[in-house]
Amino acid sequence: MNTESLGSIFLNAALVNNFVLAYFLGICPFLGVSGKMETATKMGGAVMFVMLISSMSAYGIHAFLVRIDAPFLQLISYIVVIASTVQLVEMFIKKISPALFKSLGIFLPLITTNCAILGVALFQTNKGYGFLESIVYSLGAGAGFMLALVLIAGIREQMNFAEVPNISKGTALTLFIAGILSLCFMGFAGLGA
Amino acid sequence: MSQTSNIEMHNPASSKKMLMAMVGIGIISAFLIVMTFELTLPRVQRLKAEALEKAIFEVLPGTVRTQAFGVSTNGELVKIEEGDKTETTLYAGYDKDEMLVGYAIEAAGQGYADIIRILYGYDPDEQKLIGFQVLESKETPGLGDKIEKDEGFLNNFKALDVSVSEDGKLRNKVITVKQGEKQNPWEIDGITGATISSRAIGNIVGTSTTEVVPILYQEHKKDKTSQGQKQMESDEQR
Amino acid sequence: MSNDNSKSKQEVTSTDEFIKGLWRDNPVFVQVLGMCPVLAVSNTAENALAMGLATAFVLLMSNILVSLLRNFVPKQVRIASYILIIATFVTVTDYAIQAISVELHKSLGAFISLIVVNCLILSRAEAFASKNTIGKSILDALGMGLGFTLALFCLGAVREILGNGSIFNIPIFSDGYQSWIVMILPAGGFFTLALWLLIINAIQTRKVKS
Repeated sequence: MNTESLGSIFLNAALVNNFVLAYFLGICPFLGVSGKMETATKMGGAVMFVMLISSMSAYGIHAFLVRIDAPFLQLISYIVVIASTVQLVEMFIKKISPALFKSLGIFLPLITTNCAILGVALFQTNKGYGFLESIVYSLGAGAGFMLALVLIAGIREQMNFAEVPNISKGTALTLFIAGILSLCFMGFAGLGA
Repeated sequence: MSQTSNIEMHNPASSKKMLMAMVGIGIISAFLIVMTFELTLPRVQRLKAEALEKAIFEVLPGTVRTQAFGVSTNGELVKIEEGDKTETTLYAGYDKDEMLVGYAIEAAGQGYADIIRILYGYDPDEQKLIGFQVLESKETPGLGDKIEKDEGFLNNFKALDVSVSEDGKLRNKVITVKQGEKQNPWEIDGITGATISSRAIGNIVGTSTTEVVPILYQEHKKDKTSQGQKQMESDEQR
Repeated sequence: MSNDNSKSKQEVTSTDEFIKGLWRDNPVFVQVLGMCPVLAVSNTAENALAMGLATAFVLLMSNILVSLLRNFVPKQVRIASYILIIATFVTVTDYAIQAISVELHKSLGAFISLIVVNCLILSRAEAFASKNTIGKSILDALGMGLGFTLALFCLGAVREILGNGSIFNIPIFSDGYQSWIVMILPAGGFFTLALWLLIINAIQTRKVKS
């Protein structure tokens, strides 16, 4: 059904239809968290990894549900898988690198309610992507997510030194920045077409 | 020994409780979901079928009856009856005299914002596309959504040439050109303010017609020759 | 907000449970909760209203069920059980919307399913429904749900009026109106929400000052 190449799927997910700046997904925990570059990169990396695994699992689950003709269990199974993946990733990181685990702190559990991860699973199912396409899609989405987060965090760090009206400090300002960034990303339209 | 068994006395109770709670909720959830699914299924299917019928009547003017078809793995047309699980990708439309009006073909592809799904009508006699409708699109309102509304763009599909050459392939691939530069009957005049969306439509139609039209044309030729033979036979018998 | 004893106090607190969701603890403008999955489909008044009501419905049903089962669910599995309950009602809502209007379902798409990760619903289940009676939980859900829908509607209406010159698809400006397309784009969503927050912040600061 699809006419896209893998490269265009990646570019589309990362830039043209960036998950944060075009779909508003994944900003829920971010808006509350401080705008530091370091935390943004770490969060982005963790999300990218969880996205990849969840995407592969989602593909498998969907194929299975189609086989047993139970499409209505899709949402519940996706959520369960994502939550379990995050649990497993947490335990895994704790074991192989306690230092990394400590520095990630509360971010790992926060990822479970990250709208972006469920978004990737749902969108790729709706678009009917095959296995390879799903992997590329989730990698693109994760890369784009990290890019957007890092950009916003970097700008926010600089904004700390700027003179802004008091009522706009905090969330309102971040939203304005995100809006302008979203407009900038629209310049990527047609990339990879 | 007795100490550990004392501790074990507390834990199994709460583990059991946890398990029972989750299983209990699981059962309630499953019940609610399945019930809603079964209750809404007939209506949802009916609504979808109605919407599809309406779209088919739009792209194949004059149709009163439709028949679902699929394409088998070895490239042959396969009639699909009720309850058949093969994937339906096209529909034949027949007018009130049971004559074939044409085939309505579904296609989809990436647009600017998201996947665009379309339905277009193919007339194998005239070897042209005779109708076009966007089924689903999330293109930018006011810009990309012109592919659904712009009269000039839609007129492209009233007589788009998709003739098949001798070797069984499409003679010319359908593509979108810049607005106003349409020279040939197999080209689609694009929309200036919606280049990406109109180009996407060109790609979708191009890919789909390249794949499906030759199959339908061969099928139609076979039908016509067998009809012609039957006519000759009934003439001879007179 | 004490769970109290005297009848007159009870009555005041009941309306209080409902009203707090509308203004004082408005989920979008004050708690800044749960807007992420919804912003993408708040580009018209109709979509925003539909999403708001769908979310409110899920909130109501899940609050009821969580409150009903609050004494049967052990602490360790409570979050998992909340998520399971919420996901169930989201699935139910998804099929309900499909049965109501195919068009609406197409416009909202996968974002209906994303209601399940709406931080608002989970937070109400954890912070309120698991600790209060069914009656109070219902009021809480209604208040929060209504406040949420109202806030979303403000977003969607502004975006549609400025970006399309219409409301609920009824044109309200003359033909010569040049719509601000940016408002319908995602960027417009960010800007509109930011503007509303600015306004509300300004009102709050003025109240504090006086």
